[in-house]
Amino acid sequence: MSDLTKLTIAEARDGLKAKKFSAVELAAAHITAMDSARGLNAFITETPEKAIENATASDARLAKGEEGKLEGIPLAIKDLFCTKGTLTTAASHILDGFKPEYESTVTSNLWNAGAVMLGKVNLDEFAMGSSNETSYYGNVVNPWRRQTDDQPLVPGGSSGGSASAVAANLAMGATGTDTGGSIRQPAAFTGIVGMKPTYGRCSRWGTVAFASSLDQAGPMTRTVRDAAIMLEAMAGFDPKDSTSVDMEVPNFEAALTGDVKGLKVGIPKEYRLDGMSAEIEALWNQGIEWLKAAGAEIIDISLPHTKYALPAYYIVAPAEASSNLARYDGVRYGLRVEGEDLADMYSRTRAEGFGAEVKRRILIGTYALSAGYYDAYYLKAQKVRTRIAEDFREAFKTVDTILTPTAPSAAFAFGEKGTDPLEMYLNDVFTVPASLAGLPGISVPSGLSSDGLPLGLQLLGRPFDEETVIRTAGVLEEAAAFDAAPTAWWRG
Amino acid sequence: MPRQLLGGEVDMGMIIQGATGDWEVVIGLEVHAQVTSKAKLFSGSATEYGAEQNTQVSFIDAAMPGMLPVINRAAVEQAVRTGLGLKAQINKFSVFDRKNYFYADLPQGYQISQFQQPIVGKGVLTIDLKDGETREIGITRLHLEQDAGKSIHDQHPSMSLIDLNRSGVALMEIVSEPDLRSPEEAAAYVKKLRSILRYLGTCDGNMEEGSMRADVNVSVRRPGEGFGTRCEMKNINSVRFMQQAIIYEANRQVDIIEAGGTVDQETRLYDPVKGETRSMRSKEEAHDYRYFPDPDLLPLEFDDAFVEKLKSELPELPDEKKNRFITELGISPYDAGVLVAEKEVADYFEAVAKGRDAKLAANWVTGELFGNLNRTGKSLSESPVSADALGDLIGLIKDGTISNRIAKEVFEEMFETGKAAADIVEEKGLKQVSDTGAIEAAIDEVIAANEDKVAEYRAGKDKLLGFFMGQVMKATGGKANPGVVNKLLKPKLDG
Repeated sequence: MSDLTKLTIAEARDGLKAKKFSAVELAAAHITAMDSARGLNAFITETPEKAIENATASDARLAKGEEGKLEGIPLAIKDLFCTKGTLTTAASHILDGFKPEYESTVTSNLWNAGAVMLGKVNLDEFAMGSSNETSYYGNVVNPWRRQTDDQPLVPGGSSGGSASAVAANLAMGATGTDTGGSIRQPAAFTGIVGMKPTYGRCSRWGTVAFASSLDQAGPMTRTVRDAAIMLEAMAGFDPKDSTSVDMEVPNFEAALTGDVKGLKVGIPKEYRLDGMSAEIEALWNQGIEWLKAAGAEIIDISLPHTKYALPAYYIVAPAEASSNLARYDGVRYGLRVEGEDLADMYSRTRAEGFGAEVKRRILIGTYALSAGYYDAYYLKAQKVRTRIAEDFREAFKTVDTILTPTAPSAAFAFGEKGTDPLEMYLNDVFTVPASLAGLPGISVPSGLSSDGLPLGLQLLGRPFDEETVIRTAGVLEEAAAFDAAPTAWWRG
Repeated sequence: MPRQLLGGEVDMGMIIQGATGDWEVVIGLEVHAQVTSKAKLFSGSATEYGAEQNTQVSFIDAAMPGMLPVINRAAVEQAVRTGLGLKAQINKFSVFDRKNYFYADLPQGYQISQFQQPIVGKGVLTIDLKDGETREIGITRLHLEQDAGKSIHDQHPSMSLIDLNRSGVALMEIVSEPDLRSPEEAAAYVKKLRSILRYLGTCDGNMEEGSMRADVNVSVRRPGEGFGTRCEMKNINSVRFMQQAIIYEANRQVDIIEAGGTVDQETRLYDPVKGETRSMRSKEEAHDYRYFPDPDLLPLEFDDAFVEKLKSELPELPDEKKNRFITELGISPYDAGVLVAEKEVADYFEAVAKGRDAKLAANWVTGELFGNLNRTGKSLSESPVSADALGDLIGLIKDGTISNRIAKEVFEEMFETGKAAADIVEEKGLKQVSDTGAIEAAIDEVIAANEDKVAEYRAGKDKLLGFFMGQVMKATGGKANPGVVNKLLKPKLDG
């Protein structure tokens, strides 16, 4: 039975349809896996009863031949998506006890497609972090370990719980959200596929907001095909989200033609950082060779404003966050610490309810929006953002997709980058520009570091051209033939 | 401090005679008008006034995690209508911003408003002054924003309670230029604005229910000099209080300056009980609202066709109506102003006047009808006399069936009982007598009964004509046609 957890979504879908196993059996296998993997701390809330209930309903629909596109597929949900009646925390103390009376559009779409909910997975508090070290519910551990030592490693962030759960076969797929790389970077750190679709492709309604103009939900899976299947179920126009885009959702799986002949792949010179690690560079070059061998045309391009992306991001995202998080005030829901008066209650509640990283970003954001600083910081950052989008627009006149590394390094150990926030922020250097431009991007596991840790390559595409990204990713995936897996030390 | 106030009636405005000379008062108003719409600005919740606490609150209004605003098209249309009514520039591209501050009845921790790019730009409002004079007051802008909820501090010994029914309700903030010069002008401005909003159906203008409230900016200066430092008085919800607040505040500022001090720019609160303003927060304590474009909302864009359609559907507004009443119906500017102030009244008047003598109709509406409504404390909609019924009464006057005097009697009866004029005239036999035979007979009787007076008259005491008129009218029970009496009486008296 435990083999069921190793199936891909596509395989499980076919197996369920062929009645090789039932949805309940599939769910049960994953519940067992979750039970034995508490050491990873991937889940904040496990919902085994719900999983069995969902799976039972799935079996009934399968029996009638009325199955949805994700019928019976057990998924983990990042605990940033509001799930009706199930604790939703954003990994923050301030949302203590919060059980929404509503279901996010993305998760609704998944349940409507027949998916089975295993539980809510851990993340950096309010999705602010690149290592999953800022969760009120503790660190998530990466299933992977270096060959050289047994030091626990970070899974990346902020969708660290999602990444660990999928990499450790606790879930067949997980939802993630990506604001500056929060899907792609943890996918790279854990050897899985993570895709951020175009901004506006998935509804943000019912997802706890971090930075509204950047937040975008996406799938985290073990294969590109699975990501395509899952994205199709998640995506779609939502009149409840004014920034959601009214466009037909294509059949993403059908984009996996395996053919990239004549496809123009851009290689941005600005992504070759000074002091870039040799193995990351080697991986990138290997990726170029694979695509070249598959018939793609490699074109050197320039994205001149790349170096301003990270500073601009660290103004825009905290600015929006400082305002988005103002609603957590102890008045209506979540944590309240009583005080002498209203202002005192606010101070105590927010002092106790938010962790250090969240406070840091609220402070940065509040400062950036303050009278006298707005023009110099926020407005300037928005101008940089426009330039970055223009860079991409220009580049996509000559290329169809852009290939870069996903992250500047493999997963690191806990505490390794804890002292200097700026060093941590550098993790997002390759993922942030596409976030600022709202472009679709995917991370594909493409190789191992010298320590035996997974490394990812990133593909970016034109707005709403996820299909080209998926098609190229499929070719990259096949060429890389990444079949390494972490040893299941956590079961010990 | 109380000192003589001059002016107010004329457009020179209010002048305060200080110890060191004259001071001119400068006033600008920010009126918050609740948009008449079924749903809130960014959610589908109902907006009905007086509903039970916290029953008109969606997840969006309560700022639950992950909730997103979606603009209500109807509210946008109302703002554009209002802009058109204020002859203002309509901005086809506008932006919603977040105004950030913490308060218990502000669930999001920010108010969605419009800061740098409002939906409506510069416009103009014509205020009506005494003697039928008018003055144009500049409108700076109109923008859409959300209302906050309500904090209730007096229902629990240690806690404040929050009612979020109002949270998210659409408001239009309508900002005037600092063009007003007296409390009377400010009052005229609010009344006129209210009238236009009610004509447009974009705000019910109900100040008691808080659907219209004003922030009042007041400063003083030497006539002809530059603007002084202003103070803002927040949330004034009656025209009377507004005028009191302006007078108090202007005098306070003059006192400060004349004592050698300077006015601090600050937000003040008007206390109607004490009749004074007091400091709420100074400029230094003023909030830094950290405005920035709301990333949950796209800029608001619409095309000319959208505006043109709304324009074509606009009702006739008070200024146009007043003009028409004056030029086409021959009504005096004063009466026209009174009749158009409320659309309901104007409609009533037009129904009365239709096909009849408009001046007579105006007199009856502003005279007898208003008098009786005031006396009985009824509103026009509660009037026992419908426009048609009043029109019929006027018809009876015009065709000579009854005299004007009898008509007043009939009207009282109509107001009392709701009966039709013709029925009352019939029942009570009030029909005017124009039959010369009957009137002649009455005249003969009166002459016969008052021979002494006739002699006096004939001796030159002309004034007695009125006495005889009265006697004849009395003898006919007031029903004699006064014109006919007059025509027949004089020759008979003259012998």
